[in-house]
Amino acid sequence: MTDKPDTALPGHATLPARPGRFAPALRRAFRPVAEARGFARAMLWTGAVLTGIFVLMALFAPWLSPYGFDQYQAAGVQFAQLAPPSAQHPLGTNVQSTDVLAQIIWGARTELMVVALALVFSLTIGVPLGLIAGYFGGPFDRLMVLVMDAMFAIPSLLLALVIAFLLGSSITSGIVVAACAITIVYVPQYFRVLRNHVTSVREEPYVEAARAIGAGPFTILGKYIFFNVIQTVPVLATLNAADAILTLTGLGFLGYGVQPSQGAEWGYDVSRAVGDAASGIWWTTLFPGLAIVLLVTGLTLLGEGLNEAINPVLRQRATTKLKMEDLE
Amino acid sequence: MPSKPDAMTDTLDAPGGTPAPDATGARPFISVKNLKTYFEIRGSVFDRLMGRDAGTVKAVDDVSFDLAKGEVLGLVGESGSGKSTLGRSLLGLVRATGGSAVFEGQEIVGLDERSLRRLRSRMQMVFQDPHAALNPAMTIAQSVGHPLKIHKRAKGAEDQRRQVVAALERVGLSPAETYMDKYPGDLSGGQKQRAVIARAVVLDPVLLVADEPVSMLDMSVRSKILQLMIDLKQKLGLTYLYITHDMATAKFFCDRIAILYLGRIVEIGEASALYAAPKHPYTQALLEAIPDPDPNHTLPRNLPRGEIPDAAKPPHGCAFHPRCPRAFAPCGWEIRDLTGLLEARWAGMAEADHQAERALIGTPKIPDGPEAASRLPAASGDGAALLALLEKIRAEDPAEPFWTGVKAMHAEAGHVTIDWHTPVTPRLIAGKGTAAACHLHDPALAAHLPKAADGA
Repeated sequence: MTDKPDTALPGHATLPARPGRFAPALRRAFRPVAEARGFARAMLWTGAVLTGIFVLMALFAPWLSPYGFDQYQAAGVQFAQLAPPSAQHPLGTNVQSTDVLAQIIWGARTELMVVALALVFSLTIGVPLGLIAGYFGGPFDRLMVLVMDAMFAIPSLLLALVIAFLLGSSITSGIVVAACAITIVYVPQYFRVLRNHVTSVREEPYVEAARAIGAGPFTILGKYIFFNVIQTVPVLATLNAADAILTLTGLGFLGYGVQPSQGAEWGYDVSRAVGDAASGIWWTTLFPGLAIVLLVTGLTLLGEGLNEAINPVLRQRATTKLKMEDLE
Repeated sequence: MPSKPDAMTDTLDAPGGTPAPDATGARPFISVKNLKTYFEIRGSVFDRLMGRDAGTVKAVDDVSFDLAKGEVLGLVGESGSGKSTLGRSLLGLVRATGGSAVFEGQEIVGLDERSLRRLRSRMQMVFQDPHAALNPAMTIAQSVGHPLKIHKRAKGAEDQRRQVVAALERVGLSPAETYMDKYPGDLSGGQKQRAVIARAVVLDPVLLVADEPVSMLDMSVRSKILQLMIDLKQKLGLTYLYITHDMATAKFFCDRIAILYLGRIVEIGEASALYAAPKHPYTQALLEAIPDPDPNHTLPRNLPRGEIPDAAKPPHGCAFHPRCPRAFAPCGWEIRDLTGLLEARWAGMAEADHQAERALIGTPKIPDGPEAASRLPAASGDGAALLALLEKIRAEDPAEPFWTGVKAMHAEAGHVTIDWHTPVTPRLIAGKGTAAACHLHDPALAAHLPKAADGA
């Protein structure tokens, strides 16, 4: 055993300037993303760019869009109905004489707002429920699992339709109604994933160690379990967001989504343009459809890329191959 | 990555020295009396639907011991002997089923969770697996500082940080600044275990339950961690409950040792006396099992046969008797032991002979508790032929301890009745040096001792 001189007496150590409290945690959280290589990296970036374009569109819609989403005339002149793409209307106009490009840009805002709202709702409901049910178990856990499984059993679009129909009469904002409908569909997923993860993490020795130092159950949940189960949520949330777009456009297509007076919605646009394609009017269906496909693809790629980067089972480590000649 | 400082920052004047426990003081520091921790077994779905009880595992069964302040008590046993459960019951991490455990005059058994949490600042635990005992999402400073936060021992962030630095330096993680903002994944096993110990001592506890603190570490680090624990004991006046399966480190570390087998203490006493003159055959076997580096070591290894039995259905009488080379009449022989004996016999036989014997012996009913006589059904229906076979097996190996427990065997129609000697559950009998729960040392049972094996 080597004897080191008794350099630092307890309490005498000089304390260096402390780095920001969250800096190490943040660096740690983003390390897998920064370290992603190869296919995961490609997916992550493609997804991020595609999603980013739509996010920018949504944020800057009033400046990007040539017209308002429900504008059918400019300077007192009515737009032509079903006009083909032209200088005045780059993507043409639809059967309601509104500009298709404006519909796309304002639609991005509607879609992302609904999805973001639904995400916030379902996280605030699903995550705490999953944590509590998984950690404490018992009758509450049994009941919650039963309820959530029952919700899983109902086809998601049908469930969303019923909720949208029920809430539509009491809540005026179409965006909130649609977000609530989507929330109900996705809460069981967050609940299940969190709950199952918690039941395995709560058996870890560090949770017992937390009990041994005298931590109460909610301290354990908040400090020891939450941060060890939460890393699955970003992946799940991004993948669910892609799915939620499809549910929302599905609702819109059926006429139960955001009403045309409250915002542009791609699903509704497609539903109004269904008949047009047969008569050679391709622009009214192609562009909203393309917008749906691109946003869903972007979010899916982002989710899958995150999954590859974060999930330790799938993760490719950032290794570099060394060549002998480089070493010499 | 800095070099791993698994060297002591401070070595004390008497390394390895174990002070005599202060035997003064009317009230022992920790007093455990008839402590019991039982676990319900969750049976199959069908059992649960029928409301049938699948039984209990007596992980800790009627354990009593005292622990003086400053003493190191070793709990030694194989896996499944209940040593970890005993340590956890003492801390209240596992609810004890019955009995009493008094810590500094405070009864722990049946204490509510809130009072237990307050008590935790006085008693701490070091865990077996340092890789899993630290929260991977917390830095070392957060992990070590969290107990201070929970028990409100720090006045502000600066004070907490100073105490964490002190604790880290005390366990040899020096300079502490190198480690504070690291995550457990960045440290080596020895460093992690030091951090675990720092978290345990940061609150200045008086009792430390160390659950196999070195068994997951590299050989090179083990003695350093043990040395650290000895140093801490002397500096902080700690009392240790050292749980291990390793007799070698127990010898190095403990003042007293309790040997556990299936939830019961089979022998307890001063470490020196226990190593010099082990009384219980199980203790003797454990000491035999310490690896010996001498290649010429040719002593017959009298290791216990078989595995530790099912704790849900422990053997009657002395739980160790099926594996004991010196078991005799009152040890609790039963029909399950015959099954074990036959299986061991058949394993070494030619297939044809095995089939011939097997054809004679039926499947006996396993009773729930001890019985005076058991029936061994004859598969052929011929009780006399079965008796003849049993007598033949006995004649082949008359030294087999099983036969000492058989009072008589009678052939009856379709089965053989075996009369057993009355099983006696061993109690701890204090003797010279250690107290052992073994009938070999019970004067009341000396009459039953086989001629060849008298005298301990």
